Amino acid sequence: MKPAAFEYHAPKTIAEAVALLAEVAPDDGRILAGGQSLVPTMAFRLARPAHLVDINGVDGLDRLYLDGNELSIGACVRHAAFHRPVVDGRLGLLLSSIVRHIAHYPIRQRGTFCGSLAQADPASEWCLTAVTLDGTMTAKSVRGSRTIGAQDFIEGIMTTALADDELLTEARLPIPPDDTRFGFCEFNRIAGGFAVAMVLAAYGLKDGVITRPRLGVGGVEERPRRIPEAEQALEGRSPGAQAFRAASAAAAGAVDPMEDINTSADYRRDLVATLTLRALESAWS
Amino acid sequence: MAADKTAYLGRSVERLEDPPLVTGAARFVADISFPGQLHMRVVRSSYAHGEIISIDTSEARLMPGVVAVWTAEDIADIGPVDFRADRAAEGLKPYRQPVLAKGRVRYVGDPVAAVFAEDPYLAEDAAESVVIEVEELPVIVSADDPPGEFAAGRGTEAAVMHHSYGDIDAAFANAERVIALDLRTGRHSGVPMETRGAIGRYDAAKDMLELHGAAKVPHRNQETLVRMLGRDPSRVHVHECHVGGGFGVRGELYPEDILVLVAAMRLGRPVKWIEDRQEHLMCANQGREQHHLARVAVDAEGRILGIDDEFFHDQGGYVRTHGSNVANRTMCTITGPYRVPAFRAVCHFRLTNKTPCATYRAPGRYESTFVRERLMDAIATELGIDPIEVRKRNLIAADEMPYTIAFDEPHVSDMVLDSGDYAGLLDKAAAAFGWEALRVELDRRRADGELVGAGIGMFVEEGGRGPTDGARIAVDANGDVEVITGGASLGQGFETTMAQICAEALGVDYRRVRVIHGHTDLIPYGIGAHATRATVMTGSAVNVAALMVREIAIDAAAEMLQTPADELDINDGTVVRRDGPTGPSVTLGEIARRLAPGAAGPGQGDPGQGNPGLAAEGFFTTKDTVFPYGVHLAVVRIDRGTGQVAVERFMVAYDVGRAVNPMMIEGQLVGGCIQGLGGALYEEFVYDEEGQPMAVTLADYLVPSLREAPDIEVLITEDAPSPLNPLGLKSAGEGGINGVGAAIAGAIGDAIGDPGAVRRLPLTPGRVRDLLRQADAASPGTP
Repeated sequence: MKPAAFEYHAPKTIAEAVALLAEVAPDDGRILAGGQSLVPTMAFRLARPAHLVDINGVDGLDRLYLDGNELSIGACVRHAAFHRPVVDGRLGLLLSSIVRHIAHYPIRQRGTFCGSLAQADPASEWCLTAVTLDGTMTAKSVRGSRTIGAQDFIEGIMTTALADDELLTEARLPIPPDDTRFGFCEFNRIAGGFAVAMVLAAYGLKDGVITRPRLGVGGVEERPRRIPEAEQALEGRSPGAQAFRAASAAAAGAVDPMEDINTSADYRRDLVATLTLRALESAWS
Repeated sequence: MAADKTAYLGRSVERLEDPPLVTGAARFVADISFPGQLHMRVVRSSYAHGEIISIDTSEARLMPGVVAVWTAEDIADIGPVDFRADRAAEGLKPYRQPVLAKGRVRYVGDPVAAVFAEDPYLAEDAAESVVIEVEELPVIVSADDPPGEFAAGRGTEAAVMHHSYGDIDAAFANAERVIALDLRTGRHSGVPMETRGAIGRYDAAKDMLELHGAAKVPHRNQETLVRMLGRDPSRVHVHECHVGGGFGVRGELYPEDILVLVAAMRLGRPVKWIEDRQEHLMCANQGREQHHLARVAVDAEGRILGIDDEFFHDQGGYVRTHGSNVANRTMCTITGPYRVPAFRAVCHFRLTNKTPCATYRAPGRYESTFVRERLMDAIATELGIDPIEVRKRNLIAADEMPYTIAFDEPHVSDMVLDSGDYAGLLDKAAAAFGWEALRVELDRRRADGELVGAGIGMFVEEGGRGPTDGARIAVDANGDVEVITGGASLGQGFETTMAQICAEALGVDYRRVRVIHGHTDLIPYGIGAHATRATVMTGSAVNVAALMVREIAIDAAAEMLQTPADELDINDGTVVRRDGPTGPSVTLGEIARRLAPGAAGPGQGDPGQGNPGLAAEGFFTTKDTVFPYGVHLAVVRIDRGTGQVAVERFMVAYDVGRAVNPMMIEGQLVGGCIQGLGGALYEEFVYDEEGQPMAVTLADYLVPSLREAPDIEVLITEDAPSPLNPLGLKSAGEGGINGVGAAIAGAIGDAIGDPGAVRRLPLTPGRVRDLLRQADAASPGTP
């Protein structure tokens, strides 16, 4: 469990970082941020990058701030930054309730929000969050800068829209309207374990009925996604058991769950039903 | 004297071994290095079964820092990893594991080659470049599968073993009811925080071969190494470092231990190997995987007439140091604490293409208790008898002790249950747990729609197997005491236990007692720490030796103080008159100085005769084993939506005969219990159809943490001291884990409303959800 040899680079600015990355990317160069996924993978020699571009010393990447109506999360912002609400209102509370599900305390001190997005593990809580809340990602390279929506950013299991020479410098989450209610529910077998399934629900209320419903499912398919069938089952309905059950059934019916030796597709589908119901109830209570 | 400062036996004194552990001063095997050492990396099979066509090490040999690369041909003179002498079973010998695979590989992880290099990174680089060509052979992943070929002309069913007594056919013919269950325990094992590690070192100047990183059974391993390597017993010694957990797994001899020793001699440099976690989960001993087809015959009142059990034991790729011990212990303990007039067990001891198995804490007994207690619950359900009542009707009574179970097979030793009040402990546990009120409460909660239930696991443990152990005790000129044992410390508190026993017998402060263990060059014998025998065997020997030292001290003091010996006592390291602490006295240090070789004066013989000083060597010998016993009670709640099981309460009630240090016993019981929850709910070494292990990281092999662990309630009793040793000691190491699978299975069955539903461990959420679906299908009216 010792990694193969690699060359280590420690740039100080974003410009240096992307220049280095452009240089080493063709030779399997990778960005090192928190290292909580990459380093174990290297220890198993499942990943063997020839170069590591360490961005921990890059100026400004650890910024976490409110920029107008968006929360800007720099590439080196750690999971632990969200232990306490980072913004007033329900979004800050939501993020601090989600972060508790990410691995264990020491891992949260090092692992980063953006690293989790770039890793694109289907069981990533932040990928589900970004997709459900319509987050955007900023990718920079020597070729320039571009903004990618979360749903397009995450392409599949451990696959993103980032080109080899692009550095994810920042993720942005829009601040939802004040009346937005959130509910997050995750199932894992053991504290800190990978999510077997999780659901993030959000909605507003207008004249006593549900408006702007969002229902995202993660850990179930190859990438997290919103489930339109479930959202339709909620739109314009009074919040309560009837609407929630309908959405739960719609979500379970709409997903095409992954299977592994411990978890059948059927069981994951059941979990989606359960977790959808609980997330919606949690948002309501 | 109620407040006697030297009454140490039975007190929860602080552990002597903790300061280095909690200050970071402890030295585990990975912390040990020798100048000039090489690092070993083992190249392992990625196939579960196949014929080795070729092994190409040419590239690896040329890589930087590589000193040697070995395959089986390079160590053709070294035999397979041997059984312990007392486990010798001729018929199983062909199934022993070669140090490096010869001809065939038999599980994923099977060592095929070893790389020795200047640092561990280079060793791993080179190991990657070794190319192993394998022609795949049919893979057997289950002991249920028809036996296949282990080697030419040799099948994978290594043995069919029988244990029986009484007229089993008559028992079933006369039965009011016969209940048959198909039961499985899952494959899991001990996962110590510290993985294995071994450093071989050869001192050519002294012709001494040393193995550092030994654990559990240093002297047994030394004996095996002497046989395997053909060295004089005084020319190979093993040394224990601090050990971060054993659980039966750590401290057995494995191929890597042999490799570092042979390499140290042949390469002329120390060789270090530290197991990584992935290797641990693929290569260290696993256990528990059995499939039982069990039947019980009962009369109309639920009294057992006979138990008939045929089971399939999944041994994995080879037979390791224990031979067939786990299967044997399963068969011996199926009847447990109950009166079973007729018994028959047949074990199909089969090899499969998975990691080899051996002992894991409560070996064979976690399995047999699951089987037996499932049968007891089934009897209760079938006959409509309360589960506690059905157990009471069958428990061996206190006045039947000692109770002998004699098997028909001449090679199977009798089980002589030495003492116990099984029903008494069940009553105490049920009362402490509030069983009656609990049942009412659970009924109410179930009526409210909750899935909650309670379960029982009752068992007899076995420990203190002899035949002999000894200890050497010496008091120095300062009055400090050194106890040299052949014991071992796996973190269980061995030093404190021995110090307490010595302090009590001798009359000194236990903190002045230094306990030595784990070094075969300091004492030529020792039983180590396994199968809960250290406190009974080594503890009894320490007691004997300490009483001998005491007698020497008092005799010497009698002369020095001109006082009859029977008027003297030792209090806090000073010999005083029994009738009062005032008056003349002499310290043990003064006596030690007086008795030192060459000293002269009262109490000392002729200086020319030589004298060991204030010291003695004492032995304890027994041909019997002791049988502590326990009751586990569990309350679980099932999440209907996910199948997840939460353990709301768990009680371990355990009779240890005599508790040397209740705090440490509680620690053993609680730790064991949480490990048991692992095997009951979380941990499973899953393999796919090709024999590929699916759980080789801690992300897939789920070990419960504090977050999963309920507060374990502990009830330690001392109602049945063992008549077999002077202190009445039994043991505590395995009582926390033994009945957990059984109690959790019963509780989940109770929660589902179908007590017999649970047939298999571990009860993963997916499996529990399947049970819930079955129960719903059986009674469609329920929500």
